[in-house]
Amino acid sequence: MLVLARRINERIIIGDGIYVSVVDIKGDQVKLGIEAPPQVKVYRQEIFDAIQEENRKAAQSHGELPSLNGFIDEGSRGSSKEDR
Amino acid sequence: MLIRSKPFGEIEIDDRQRLYFPLGVLGFEGLKDYALMDATQAPFYWLQSLDVQEIAFILIEPRVFRPDYEIAVPDSDLEEIGIESSEQMLVFAIVTVPDDHRQMTANLQGPVLINRARRLGRQSISTDPKWLVRHLILDELAKIRG
Repeated sequence: MLVLARRINERIIIGDGIYVSVVDIKGDQVKLGIEAPPQVKVYRQEIFDAIQEENRKAAQSHGELPSLNGFIDEGSRGSSKEDR
Repeated sequence: MLIRSKPFGEIEIDDRQRLYFPLGVLGFEGLKDYALMDATQAPFYWLQSLDVQEIAFILIEPRVFRPDYEIAVPDSDLEEIGIESSEQMLVFAIVTVPDDHRQMTANLQGPVLINRARRLGRQSISTDPKWLVRHLILDELAKIRG
């Protein structure tokens, strides 16, 4: 891993058009400013991890599905199966 | 074709039920071929891996329990599976059903998008922090009914 030391308001450039700057440092928290082209997706790692973890749990779900009868008004259904 | 499914064992599916996820699903990146099947209980569906019988996800359409649901994902996610308009798209949330069914949750932070004509799918990450990994489905339904 490349490790660079940066001060507030200093930037690094990644590839073409990705800029990461240190906006603020308070205690153990660093605020980063990220400028990137729209097709470059930027996520917090923990969101990624949370979705992966939830997918693993979902894959172990009970095969027996609960009924939502009595909870769903017909009008509140999303698009119906017939239009698949 | 005949497939082995987690909920139904061996079952015949139509080729039109087959879906290809070029990037897989988060945490299951190696599994790319799926079948979309109606569950025995509406309004649920199954997204069954065609590679591993034990891997199947329960899906629900978000608006069933959140009529205000609006998809918020990067345009490039839609472009990757060839979606140019919302009519081409199906949107699902993956459901987690724990031992206590009443605690079942749906993941609106990682919606599953499907290009219905080209039968391509992907899981996206919501850009709207309002949508969370775990929405209690029965609580949300209770809120709708007031």
